[in-house]
Amino acid sequence: MADAAAGLARRVRRAGLRRRAAAVLLVAPLLLFLLIGFAAPIAALLARGVQDTEVPRVLPRVTAALADWDGQGLPGPDAFAALAEDMREARAAGTLAQAATRLNYDINGFRTLMFATARRLPGPGEDAQAALLAADPAWGERATWAAIRRAGGPVTDFYLLAAIDLKRDEAGRIVAAPAEQAIFRDVLVRTLGISLLVTLLCLVAGYPVAALLASLPTRQAAVLLAFVLLPFWTSLLVRTAAWVVLLQREGVVNTALLGLGLIEAPVQMIFTRFAVVLAMAHILLPFMILPLYAVLRAIPPGLGRAAASLGAPPWRVFLRVTWPLSLPGVAAGSLMVFIQALGYYITPALLGGASDQMISWFIAFYASRTVNWGMAAALSALLLVATAALFAVYARLAGEARVRVA
Amino acid sequence: MSAPIVRFLGVEKSYDGVTPVVRHLDLDIARGEFLTLLGPSGSGKTTTLMMLAGFEVPTAGRIEVEGRDVSRLPPHRRGIGVVFQSYALFPHMSVAENVGFPLEVRGMARAERSARVARALEMVRLGGFGERRPAQLSGGQQQRVALARALVFEPSLVLMDEPLGALDKQLRAEMQLEIRHLHEQLGVTVVYVTHDQEEALTLSDRIAVFHHGAVQQLDAPAQLYERPANAFVARFIGENNRLAGTVSEIDSEDGMVKVALAGGRSLWAMRGDCGTAGARAVVSVRPERIALAPGPAADLSEDAIPARVVETIYLGDHVRVRLALEGGAEVMAKRPIAAADPRLVAGAEAAVAWQPEHAIAFAPEPGD
Ligand SMILES: Nc1ncnc2c1ncn2[C@@H]1O[C@H](COP(=O)(O)OP(=O)(O)OP(=O)(O)O)[C@@H](O)[C@H]1O
Ligand SMILES: [Mg+2]
Repeated sequence: MADAAAGLARRVRRAGLRRRAAAVLLVAPLLLFLLIGFAAPIAALLARGVQDTEVPRVLPRVTAALADWDGQGLPGPDAFAALAEDMREARAAGTLAQAATRLNYDINGFRTLMFATARRLPGPGEDAQAALLAADPAWGERATWAAIRRAGGPVTDFYLLAAIDLKRDEAGRIVAAPAEQAIFRDVLVRTLGISLLVTLLCLVAGYPVAALLASLPTRQAAVLLAFVLLPFWTSLLVRTAAWVVLLQREGVVNTALLGLGLIEAPVQMIFTRFAVVLAMAHILLPFMILPLYAVLRAIPPGLGRAAASLGAPPWRVFLRVTWPLSLPGVAAGSLMVFIQALGYYITPALLGGASDQMISWFIAFYASRTVNWGMAAALSALLLVATAALFAVYARLAGEARVRVA
Repeated sequence: MSAPIVRFLGVEKSYDGVTPVVRHLDLDIARGEFLTLLGPSGSGKTTTLMMLAGFEVPTAGRIEVEGRDVSRLPPHRRGIGVVFQSYALFPHMSVAENVGFPLEVRGMARAERSARVARALEMVRLGGFGERRPAQLSGGQQQRVALARALVFEPSLVLMDEPLGALDKQLRAEMQLEIRHLHEQLGVTVVYVTHDQEEALTLSDRIAVFHHGAVQQLDAPAQLYERPANAFVARFIGENNRLAGTVSEIDSEDGMVKVALAGGRSLWAMRGDCGTAGARAVVSVRPERIALAPGPAADLSEDAIPARVVETIYLGDHVRVRLALEGGAEVMAKRPIAAADPRLVAGAEAAVAWQPEHAIAFAPEPGD
């Protein structure tokens, strides 16, 4: 009896395992593709945000010499000699610029210091310390040497700290970055603010559309839904360009307003926050409407009737029945819009002014214009963390909502 | 009788402007009565109910509630309780919140509200279920919540559209009794829709039989069963045997007609809605009214009809005997098991007879 039961349990377990193994096998190709094509590149990019290889590669001797410097006072004469040796070699190999650029991220002017010093290096046998101090008094400052030591790799928190407007001082403590470099918190707040505004606009504009679609017979709803999806058929760039045409000084809107006599001079609309928010909301609207429509459609129409028969006027039916039941759609739509908005680049770049650029613009700036991969990677990480945090909040809310509705 | 609580005055309804769904409905509903709209699928019962609740607008005519024309009044201002077939409980609210909803929208204070909700739940025997979600209840319990919710704000009129349609037979019987007791206890007027005639007979003070968007007959259950107004009602309520023939003679004093059956035999029947002499007619006889005996016809009564047993069906509490009458027509007779005669086996000679007052002559239905 007990044996038979145990046998049955074993068979059930084995059948379950087989089924699961088959499922794993089926998703394996996609999983592999995602891993190679998606997760790996992201991981590689993010890794660049903490790698620090330029200085140890180009200036190996001084890196080693500074490893056991106590950070108090100046390093010993051997460090000066090592630096002179390294710079001579790097200059000959043409790699000095790599290290100079990296150090310049930390201290403005380091690049100039490096190249000026490289031209006045001591000859063999000369006193390296005296020669360097003569070349530039900066070599007599602790901060200069601390910067070289901080860049000694192999990993650094320099970029990550910089992405949230922090840095390490010469003693290695984390402190606020100087004001002229501290822009990223502002950028992050701006990015979140624009995304939030776009999301709210999409919600306010999209909800009535979704509600209308959900109330129509299936056939008519399908036709109207095609109109909602129409924008998907044109590229993002084209849609953004269309907004340029509409909003520029000599654009359609200004011309029309002037023609109607509503304004006397063209209104500045392009290169403003207004243009960015408007165009982004327009482009992202379908992502709000679709989940809202799906959720609203699934609400039995009988519920509204029941509420009305029980004495609830239409606004009350909405507040007490329709809205709470549509919350999962509101959350899903808002999340989709918000997360996409966080990463927007082209639209703010083309329609916004200098103070309307979002975090992606800075990532692109560091990646393509200054080739500062470390900074680009750190800002990407910041964006990723913000997105992931939002998603976690959503998952929690959605989980609770499901429990509530069930 | 006091003034009716609801009056339908020449109400008509068409959804597409072409097909009439309700045609010229005149119907008075008395205060406190249990009125059932009974009819086959698509006969316009739900439409009638939804017009009364305010979810559909009549194409013509007027609906009065408490003497007031409500044709243009939105549903939430009518104060009519409605129980839907799908229950329509709010899935995101607890049972107590569901039942409290009509009180909440009426702005009742929280303390009084929860007392009323508790009482209402007690009334439908769901005390202690207030904190649950509707999804955590069985179908019958959900239906009881819907009932409590429609009754808690003490409407004088409650509409129910096939409220038991989704329940199994046993639970239905139980709920029917419960609804009946609630009606007696609370004295509300109930307008009930069903296409289950047994349910209608169990519950109703009066039944309005719908067919093709018109009321065929409005009567108490016994009247409806014993004196159907036309062939449709006779066919729709209970079982009946139909014998085709032609009216040959009318005795207007007794309200009887003589019908010549297709087989050549003539018989007397109550006068239904059949035409005058020469018109085609259908004579309807209930199976349980047919007297039945083995052996030659003359042994039963002088105007008994000779017949032959085609088959006998045993149903536990009664037997049904299908017989071929002389002349070709077939009838079904029904005998309580105690009165069943073992000699009535297939092929046996038999005789059938019935009282003329248990036969009614109707005009044939279209298609008969
Ligand atoms: N919203 C609507 N639009 C168009 N036609 C409708 C609509 N509702 C009902 N009808 C039609 O009106 C007729 C009567 O429908 P109704 O729902 O009143 O019937 P019913 O008697 O309640 O039937 P059932 O017993 O199947 O519920 C049907 O032919 C139906 O197809
Ligand atoms: Mg119906």
